[in-house]
Amino acid sequence: MPALDDIDRRLILATQAGLPLTPRPYHTLAEQLDLPPDEVMRRLKHMLDRGVIRRIGVVPNHYRIGYTANGMTVWDVPDERVDELGERVGRMPSVSHCYHRPRHLPDWPYNLFAMVHGRTRADVEREADRIAEVLGAAVRGRSVLYSTRILKKTGLRLQS
Amino acid sequence: MTETERAVINRLQGGFPVCERPFLEAGEKLGLSEDELIGVIRGLLDQGLLSRFGPLYHAERLGGALSLAAMKVPEAEFDAIAERVNAFPEVAHNYARDHALNMWFVLATETPERRRAVLREIEAATGLTVYDMPKITEYFVGLHFAV
Repeated sequence: MPALDDIDRRLILATQAGLPLTPRPYHTLAEQLDLPPDEVMRRLKHMLDRGVIRRIGVVPNHYRIGYTANGMTVWDVPDERVDELGERVGRMPSVSHCYHRPRHLPDWPYNLFAMVHGRTRADVEREADRIAEVLGAAVRGRSVLYSTRILKKTGLRLQS
Repeated sequence: MTETERAVINRLQGGFPVCERPFLEAGEKLGLSEDELIGVIRGLLDQGLLSRFGPLYHAERLGGALSLAAMKVPEAEFDAIAERVNAFPEVAHNYARDHALNMWFVLATETPERRRAVLREIEAATGLTVYDMPKITEYFVGLHFAV
């Protein structure tokens, strides 16, 4: 991946908290950064193409819009099938993150993680059952861990 | 929440255009004028229904690696241990979860070496074993919340 240069970093710093709510937001940014507007737009498009920006849009506060149940569903599936199964589970609409992670036997037998958000725990349980259906006979063990408290959430910010 | 606010949340979680008048272009698809769309987004931000409006960056492609770790923390010491873990600037998120492994935190570190070093420092600061769970493969990250 090509490294980000200083101008990219300045753009990221200026936009990571949000875009200006002006009719020409990229022009407003360009003025703030003393850059040509075309360059601001070209660089943002390039970061989108490279996946440095995942998407541009509204970021809902999921607790405030009613998604208060967040369950980390974890599964013990055979390692030789985890990629195929992870791809399928990752495509399910209720799954926000899906990863293969290492086991820590004997305490932690699970190697497939799928984060599910719902309005209630019953929603999350129903989605976990749907994941179980997709995984079928590959499931050797499963659990759902609910978050009970947020202890720290600083988010990830590029430091200036 | 109004129907218009609902439509903006449901249909504008991605795809906001990069062009001279993006609110005009995005508003056309939603049947809103440029000013109306700006007003709706401002209102959603003011009500706290949005945490942000703008680009969502891929942390790892900005040069930082994220990794998950967990600990079994005795209930009586839970708050004190949380304080010691949270004191590490590399700890970006930390959640209590209902499991024997009851503390789960995300580390943002630049390299795997740094991740392992911070985990050793957390073990030293807490006297507890850290279960290191870096991702082996990412299958999907992204979420669309419908309201």
